[in-house]
Amino acid sequence: MKAFAALYNRLDSTTKTNEKVAAMADYFERARPADAAWALWFLSGGRPKRLIASGRLRQWAAVAAGIPDWLFEECYDAVGDLAETIALLVPAAPQPNEDPLHLWVEERLLGLRALEEDELRERLLAAWAELDRRQLFVWNKLITGALRVGVSKRLAVRALASVARVDAATLTHRLAGNWRPTAAAYEALFSADTSDADLSRPYPFFLAHPLEGEPAALGAHDDWQAEWKWDGIRAQVVRRGGRVFLWSRGEELVTESFPEVAESARLLPDGCVIDGELMAWKDGGPLPFAVLQRRLGRKKPGPKILADAPAALVAYDLLEWRGEDYRSRPLGERRSRLTGLLDSLPATDRVLASPVVAAADWAELEAARLAARERSAEGLMLKRLSSAYGVGRRRGDWWKWKLDPFTLDAVLIYAQRGHGRRASLYTDYTFGVWHEGKLVPIAKAYSGLTDAEIRRVDRFVRRHTTDRFGPVRAVEPELVFEIAFEGIRESKRHKSGIALRFPRMARWRDDKKPKEADTLDAARALLQAPAPARDEGR
Amino acid sequence: MTATEALLQLTRDGLFCPAGRFWIDPWRPVERAVLTHAHADHARPGSERYLAAAEGELVLRRRLGPEARIEAVPYGAEVDRDGVRVSLHPAGHVLGSAQVRLEHRGQVCVVSGDYKAAADPTCAVFEPVACHHFVTESTFGLPVFRWPETAEVVDELHAWWRGNQEQGKASLLYAYALGKAQRLLASIDPSIGPIWTHGAVENLVEDYRGAGVPLPPTRRVSEAPDGTDWSRALVVAPPSAHATPWMRRFGALSTAFASGWMALRGTRRRRSVDRGFVLSDHADWGALIGAIEQTGAQRVWVTHGYREPLVRWLEEAGLEARAIAARFESEGDDR
Ligand SMILES: [Zn+2]
Ligand SMILES: [Zn+2]
Repeated sequence: MKAFAALYNRLDSTTKTNEKVAAMADYFERARPADAAWALWFLSGGRPKRLIASGRLRQWAAVAAGIPDWLFEECYDAVGDLAETIALLVPAAPQPNEDPLHLWVEERLLGLRALEEDELRERLLAAWAELDRRQLFVWNKLITGALRVGVSKRLAVRALASVARVDAATLTHRLAGNWRPTAAAYEALFSADTSDADLSRPYPFFLAHPLEGEPAALGAHDDWQAEWKWDGIRAQVVRRGGRVFLWSRGEELVTESFPEVAESARLLPDGCVIDGELMAWKDGGPLPFAVLQRRLGRKKPGPKILADAPAALVAYDLLEWRGEDYRSRPLGERRSRLTGLLDSLPATDRVLASPVVAAADWAELEAARLAARERSAEGLMLKRLSSAYGVGRRRGDWWKWKLDPFTLDAVLIYAQRGHGRRASLYTDYTFGVWHEGKLVPIAKAYSGLTDAEIRRVDRFVRRHTTDRFGPVRAVEPELVFEIAFEGIRESKRHKSGIALRFPRMARWRDDKKPKEADTLDAARALLQAPAPARDEGR
Repeated sequence: MTATEALLQLTRDGLFCPAGRFWIDPWRPVERAVLTHAHADHARPGSERYLAAAEGELVLRRRLGPEARIEAVPYGAEVDRDGVRVSLHPAGHVLGSAQVRLEHRGQVCVVSGDYKAAADPTCAVFEPVACHHFVTESTFGLPVFRWPETAEVVDELHAWWRGNQEQGKASLLYAYALGKAQRLLASIDPSIGPIWTHGAVENLVEDYRGAGVPLPPTRRVSEAPDGTDWSRALVVAPPSAHATPWMRRFGALSTAFASGWMALRGTRRRRSVDRGFVLSDHADWGALIGAIEQTGAQRVWVTHGYREPLVRWLEEAGLEARAIAARFESEGDDR
């Protein structure tokens, strides 16, 4: 626990990627497999299910800190992070416990879930009394399931690869899916024999970069394959050993949630892996993302929802064919193999090829891109025909050429404190547009400003508060921001009658007076625009 | 109206003593001002006459200008203002920082200004003053603020500086130009490497030296010859220098910020510096509670920062407490 807390601290005190990777590599170099396995699991975003209700945790922490509940809440409000608040308030152990991470996790953390309240409270207070301040913070992060430290699975794998003499792609492959953090599983990661891959394992998803600037800079248009950038969930279907596995990009196994897709995939020949997009799909065309959303998180969808929101895998690429890894072959070859394969299947519309967008030149492609919303797509993908299916987010061969977002100018009307690194500032804002002489709330947004701008807005909020409702401050309607968003729909739950998708602050319009902000009518006019786009990195 | 309320009032220009006809740290120019210290949110230019602690006269003059009429009195000396006995007592915050004690018809009132309990080699240590009515700051008025030992922080700072030297990086340390910078300079081990300063820091370093505070040798960055090797240097600069072209000259560097706010991970990360050192010139929660108790005051006014929690805490402890507004949400020395 001590070593892991020290690692956390090192990761937390730098913003530089190479220093984070070096810190993790140092840790993996020294840690025993049983501990390293858990560290890797946590650093890759693994989190235990919620063990304790936040309300209880706060009460008990106040008891341990010897302060009244209201003062604990004041502290939490100022710090913004529960794990940190508790770590700052409860007394630290002068002689901290030296047990290794795996013991803390396996014997003290995982057992908490099954406990009755009294026992749970006792164990928690005992744990707090055994840790120093740094360990307290990490322990609290673990029990609240929120160990975020600016490290992705990719970075953890990179660090591991540097000490493991196994390349990152193999490690990623071995870690995909339901990897269990045990000493044996950890040691197996280092095996030099790479044929071990479990039947079910997908390939790491290859991601595209947003295209900035003109596509003509990419060279001749016919060196590129253009296809719709669908607004669904990136997924891979793995057909091996007579079985079908459907993986979402979050490396979750979702086979059972999409039985109609799995059933169609059973028609594929063995030894085949296809990359595509899970979409709600009916009568040969896509349905809005909101329809697909109703399918998410359902383990076993019933007949009604299967009929209302049928799903399909719209296939982009062929990664494995007849048991052979096809990823290093050129896209052109993979693509013709893919269409040949799908064409030869018995009729099904639950696994289908995503059409290639044909064009005579870049101008035609530009025109196609602008029409993307009519197809519920969020733009075009441009993939170099000679490109391999790479790992991670290598630059140069795959680009996403998205449509510009919608925008509205809106006025800041409410502010609330943020969380995490922004906890002591007012960073979460509500914006309004004009309707019958009043500002109606239309969107909440908390991203898009620079730190310096956030500090300016924070100062404004503190000095121009007109009212307070709990943590929310109403402010004088003075600041205008351009709000960018990906979609807009009718919503009965919202006072304005509309809901925006992925709103964020595109720009601070210091040049505009509040009176010049948009109206609700202007916002409603955008409802006519066809269903919009969504960022794939969600 | 009770006698103490008459002794001290909150007006639109700040804290006012009607019997003595003077303001303490007034928000706007007035006829007679008594100042607790030279930070911008306390000392504002333009008043006709000032009363302040002699120890801080030089730094105060830098803030108020050469023309300002400052009556500088030693700590503990009593001055009569229309029958109100006024004296200044060390607040331990920065050089020349003072608590203002007022006594009139048997009632004693103390205005703390900013203060800290920890020892500081660059200024007189905080002195508890018994009173009926205490006006306290509460910049860090929550129990999450609990300062580590200064020696521990200085050790961490040394380790950071040495670590940077090993990697051939300059060490750029941000600290408020008045107080924190000099406290750091007086606390660090100058044998580790050369120490350079930003002009805003160096001006005040000169004032501190002028007031007899020993500080290690420092040089202005602006006077560094071309081709200066910064890789072993510690550079002390105000936080406003961060992320400006000024810092480009140092080449490879590590940045750090020394402030009480660094106790919170959120503020530490928001500053986007490589390291945060928890070092404050304000009292932490424990020191605030301790200082208030030591005064024996029954009535406490709370200003700056986290006022409401401290007020409620004091009320629950049986005191008569009230939050009073500060004109500006402090940005000067506190942030
Ligand atoms: Zn101050
Ligand atoms: Zn102050």
